[in-house]
Amino acid sequence: MQFVDAISLTRKSFRVVPSLLGLLLTSVLLFTANTPAAAAPLSAINVHALPAFARKYGMPCSACHLAWPLLSPFGQAFKDNGYQLGNDRDAPIYQNPAYWPVTFRITPQWHRENENRAQVDDPTSTTGGQTEGNVTTHGFDWSGLDFHTGGTLAKNVSFYVLPSSDNTGAFHFETVFARLDNLAGTSWLNLKLGKFELDNLLSEKRILTLTNVSGVYTNYHFQPATENNGLNPAFPTFTFGIGDNQVGLELMGHSKDDRTRYSASILSSNDGSPGLPTNRSYDGFFTFSQAFQVGSLGLQRIGAFDYIGQAPTYFQFTEGGVGNAANGLPGTGIGNRSFYRAGLIGQFFLKKYDLTAMYFHSSDDKYLATGTPSNLALPTGARNATWNGALFESHYTFNPQYILIQRVELVRMSQQALPVDPTNGYIPGVSVPFQGFGNEDVYTFGGRYYPFISTRAGFAFHGEYAFSHQRGTAPITGRDLDFSSLLAGFDFAF
Amino acid sequence: MRKLNITKLFVAVAILLAAPLLVAAQESHIGKYDGNAGAGKQLYFRYCWGCHGFRGDGNGENAQYLNILPRNFVAATFKCRSTVTGTLPTDQDLFNSIKRGFNNSNMPSWIELTDQNRADLIAFIKGFSPRWKTEKAGTPITIPAEPPVTVDSIKHGKELFTKLECWKCHGPEGRGDGPSASTLTDNNDQPIRPYNFAAGSRFKCGSTNADLYKIFITGLDGTPMPSFADVIKPEEAWDLVHYLRTLQVTHKSPELALWVTTKEGAEIVASQKIYGTPTGSGIKQ
Repeated sequence: MQFVDAISLTRKSFRVVPSLLGLLLTSVLLFTANTPAAAAPLSAINVHALPAFARKYGMPCSACHLAWPLLSPFGQAFKDNGYQLGNDRDAPIYQNPAYWPVTFRITPQWHRENENRAQVDDPTSTTGGQTEGNVTTHGFDWSGLDFHTGGTLAKNVSFYVLPSSDNTGAFHFETVFARLDNLAGTSWLNLKLGKFELDNLLSEKRILTLTNVSGVYTNYHFQPATENNGLNPAFPTFTFGIGDNQVGLELMGHSKDDRTRYSASILSSNDGSPGLPTNRSYDGFFTFSQAFQVGSLGLQRIGAFDYIGQAPTYFQFTEGGVGNAANGLPGTGIGNRSFYRAGLIGQFFLKKYDLTAMYFHSSDDKYLATGTPSNLALPTGARNATWNGALFESHYTFNPQYILIQRVELVRMSQQALPVDPTNGYIPGVSVPFQGFGNEDVYTFGGRYYPFISTRAGFAFHGEYAFSHQRGTAPITGRDLDFSSLLAGFDFAF
Repeated sequence: MRKLNITKLFVAVAILLAAPLLVAAQESHIGKYDGNAGAGKQLYFRYCWGCHGFRGDGNGENAQYLNILPRNFVAATFKCRSTVTGTLPTDQDLFNSIKRGFNNSNMPSWIELTDQNRADLIAFIKGFSPRWKTEKAGTPITIPAEPPVTVDSIKHGKELFTKLECWKCHGPEGRGDGPSASTLTDNNDQPIRPYNFAAGSRFKCGSTNADLYKIFITGLDGTPMPSFADVIKPEEAWDLVHYLRTLQVTHKSPELALWVTTKEGAEIVASQKIYGTPTGSGIKQ
């Protein structure tokens, strides 16, 4: 008779002492990197993983998270169901009155940053000239702080509020929404109002990597290097990323088992900024995905998304000086020009190995892509900027306590907004030096080890190295620009 | 004083520690799915141990906070079965329980897991109890075809509700407030509340009339809800099902719709209406 030691996994996987592999990984990440580093401000993590939910339901983090904060299919269904398990114990009336659904998360760390061609003062210049220098910094630090509070206000009425700070303690609201769940008694109708993360199947708010280089998905935020060039002061800065939380109304639905999901959102065209600072138009975001079971391999999911947006190119009214976007009256941005971000996603599980593959196709109108107000003449030969992107992220989850992470992101310009002139470097508003100007590659490796899995709190040893390579964007010479980031820290939430 | 033999002591302690840790690998078969205990172990220690415990004894670190204790897989006494009282459930019964979850408890529906996942979990869970090594699952009961719903059937069911003293626990109006309700305990000596039909939530072991029929006949082992297999005939059990549906005054059903067409039924249902609360308790008007 075959015997299974039910506790062996307990002993192997739930011990407090890090595994040999974990130690090895951390050591490698800490001591083997020899790339130069550059100083960059630490961004807030803004990721979602809530021990408050674990405390409410008594489930270990590993139930909802493949490795927190990355959701498992069960956790995704819990979220889609309005932070409800659906066992008639979700409403606050069933909770101990002392229960307060708050979680904080922060990551004290050591990190090393490098930029190979940073713009610095030229020590040989007597006229205040600038040059490029290889800048490396390293030291002990900490991340931003997130205060998550979320759950149900009543059965089928859920909420989420997330005040988030950078590492100086400057707070903003990352997420603020309430949601009416299971309208008309069906899981296909859920209505959310507020500021929230777009229904991205690969959630940036649950990203497993934390470095300055790879703490966000490059493809979610990429904008052509010709944009926001500063040539026209009347042009409002155009910043957009589908990784940014947006403000609006989301209709979302899913099958009972969460295999089929859709969402449709109408959003203010302000990239999630408060106070409607730019224009008064609306964007749309649409997703659909379908999961299916393949033998004993696990759930496989494929999906598609499309963001259709617009952004102003100048202000109708200014206050304090005509013709300067800095004086624009909030909400009066006009001369809207369109952009879109579309893509496909596949999430594949091969038992302990999982792979997410994404394809992106994006475009910005020629006015946005050249930083030109639409009431002014375009640069000669200006065209819409279009580009393609790819993302491959894979994990190997040894057990709920230990996960290895790898990611490759590629961005390739398929059409530059300005004519290509190989004889010159980048001349804002005139030309770019080559077709691949601004292309970007990002490579990331890391691991997280959770020394204990609890129903009360979360703690992880985090080690990561990330490297990015941008074509032709060095600030003075127009050569390639590299960043690298190495991080080791304690990531915890309670 | 005798000199302590370290080697013997070490061996004895090792055996003592290791013995309860060894769990015989079991199998499970649900339709086309054959469960793998090894894969199930990985899943168990991802999803289940917080409540059910490392040893499957229902004593996870969260159990102390639950007012309905998690299932003790070592004792292997299961409420929801298709088999006669006192016997082990079938793999399909366990599969259904994991997929469905249990309302009004901390056990959620695990519908998001794949069918293979659930089969694997069952194979592993069965390894916790020696019962699975010495006993086979009971034979599923036969559920006869449901007769048509009639007023007579409902009225007969109402008589049976009184005759069988269901009201003693479930209350005369099925609100779970019978005279014995406050004294009931389960086999863990934990207080247990009878089902409140008026709240209209899903039954413990399913939502269909056949599920309710099955509960009468198999009983809910480990609880005060006995099996009535030797007490009532199948057609009487169906009459009881039809009547109990009318007690679910917040749940639309053919039985309730028919019942309120009678003067007696309309008056009873009107008197049983529960009004919703703004607290989100789940009780609907």
